[in-house]
Formats: sequence, structure tokens, C-alpha cells
Amino acid sequence: MHELAIANSVLEAARTEAEKRPGMRLAKIVVRIGDLAGVDADSLSFCYEALVKETDLERCALEIERIPQSNECPRCRHNFTVANFEIACPACGSVETRFAGGDELELAYLEMEDA
Amino acid sequence: MNVVPLEGKILKENDRVAAELRARFQEHGILCLNLVSSPGAGKTSLLERTLESFAPGERVAVLTGDIQTDNDAVRLARAGFPVQQITTGGTCHLDARMIEKALAAWNLEELDLLLIENVGNLVCPSNYDLGEAAKVVVLSVAEGEDKPLKYPAMFFRSELLILNKVDLLPHVPFDLRQARANAQRVHPGIEILEVSSLTGEGLPRWRDWLQARRAALRRSLAAP
Repeated sequence: MHELAIANSVLEAARTEAEKRPGMRLAKIVVRIGDLAGVDADSLSFCYEALVKETDLERCALEIERIPQSNECPRCRHNFTVANFEIACPACGSVETRFAGGDELELAYLEMEDA
Repeated sequence: MNVVPLEGKILKENDRVAAELRARFQEHGILCLNLVSSPGAGKTSLLERTLESFAPGERVAVLTGDIQTDNDAVRLARAGFPVQQITTGGTCHLDARMIEKALAAWNLEELDLLLIENVGNLVCPSNYDLGEAAKVVVLSVAEGEDKPLKYPAMFFRSELLILNKVDLLPHVPFDLRQARANAQRVHPGIEILEVSSLTGEGLPRWRDWLQARRAALRRSLAAP
């Protein structure tokens, strides 16, 4: 259950950014979570809702973009989505492919509107 | 509606402290390893055997994390090397700030190997960088061989998998070959050692692995 700490970090980052823009209020926070990040999206949403409840951010939504694992093939440069840990290149068949993404735990963007 | 792009990692404060720790370890020539596993996989026993195998005067220290008790520190301190318990008080993982705080009690000049025993948990510790050179994941054969598939983040981020308690293999339905294949599937190229902290089987290979990593660090520091 580290999703609570993660939700807190997301809120802190969003508040820091929002404070730089007086007269605006946060409408939405968007984060990117890779499938290999070890973070449960439902649990993160639940923790976020609990943290913003009855605060000024109660109406600010959290949107989670899930990022699947992707690998790149050094032989043919093909970049592909990995499902079920199948890392063989679908284009040329090479099994020597490299991890290219899917462990993200990142802030993406905020949507702000006039307060 | 204004869209404000955001840069960076969600846990950037932890990552910042971890980067500072990594730089300090590098500066002092300290190899830092972060041992992770589910509860009961045998991290503490493995560390006990590891410490016992070192000659007195070896420059090694251990930080051990626990949610509630200091039982592990008491066990580990018997070997005579510096040990500190980090009691997280409910938190399911160690973070970089806890390591930084604990290290304030030690003179880093006197160390060249720091072993961190994380809280027993195969999920949360995978997100928290502690400034370590590598994560080492311990999986006991009393667990399921599908653990790498169930907890891919942890196995993906670990450089070495220690399959522990192999003395139990005759008594448990654990498929060693399948466990190895599952780990390789999640993390192609992950190194794997089979050990038993109870009988000592495989421990020399773990020790060789440790010494090879220490030697590689010394060589990299000596290089111009």
C-alpha cells in the first residue's frame, strides 16, 4: 500500500505548479503509470479520492494513463508493445530485444481553468 | 482551459535523495546492495551467513528495515559488524530519506560494503530507489515459482535472483526450472544463484558474486 504516498507526491507536485498560476484552479491531473511500475491504478485512484475529499481539490480529477511495456529491436529498429512478457521481435523474430518503456511513474500534465 | 505540461518522476524527491546517496557511495568507494523479497524468504538468515563469512575488520555494514521490531538487527549484530535497525512504523518500504538519516551515525570512510535489508514486500520497495548499485531479490522455494510473473516490477529491477532454501526442494512442489524460466521471461539476462542459508549450499557462489562486484567497483574507481 504505497499508493497513498504516491498519491500524496502527485498532489504536492500539482499544488506547487498551481501556486505559480494565481487566478486559476486545478481541473485535472494526468499521470503516466507503466505496467511494470508496480503501482495499482485502482488503488492509486482510491487513495487520491480519499486525500482530496472535502478539500479545495475535491473537484480535481486524477486521470491515469497506463503505459504497456515496449521493447526495441536492435537488429531491425522495430519498436513494439510487449504483451505477456513475449519479447521476441514481431517484425524480424530476433529475441535479443531491449526494454524501451513501461516502468514509468511520471507526471504528465495538468488542466487548469479560471477560478 | 489551460494545459500545463509537467516534467519528471512522481517520486522525484526520493529520487533526488537517492541520487545524492549514490554519489556519496561512489565517492567513498562503497558497494551498496538493496536486498528485497517477500516476508520470510530468508533475507536475514542469508545476511547472517554472509556476515559470518567475513573476516573481522572487513569494512561491511548492514541497515535492516522492519515495520515494527528490531529482531533482525539483534540477530545480525552477533557477527560483530555495524548494524542499524530502521523501524518504519507501518510503512511498507524503505525510502532514500531513511537511509540518509541512518548513515549519519556512521563514518563512510570506514566502509566499502553496505547491505540494505528492505522490508519484506515484493511490491512497494520496487518504486523506491535507495541509491544502491543493484537490487538483489531473494525468492525461497517454499513460495511459488510463479512469483516473478506475479510481481514483475521487482524481478525486472533486480540484477540478481537468489533462490533460497534449496535444501527444502525434496519436500516442496517447487519447479526450479520453471522458476528460472519465469524470472528470465520477466527480466531476460537476470543472474540467478541457488543457495541454502541453512546448509550453506551455494553460499560460496553468492560470496564470489559479492567479491566480484566489489572488485569491479574498485577497478572502476582506480581507472583514470
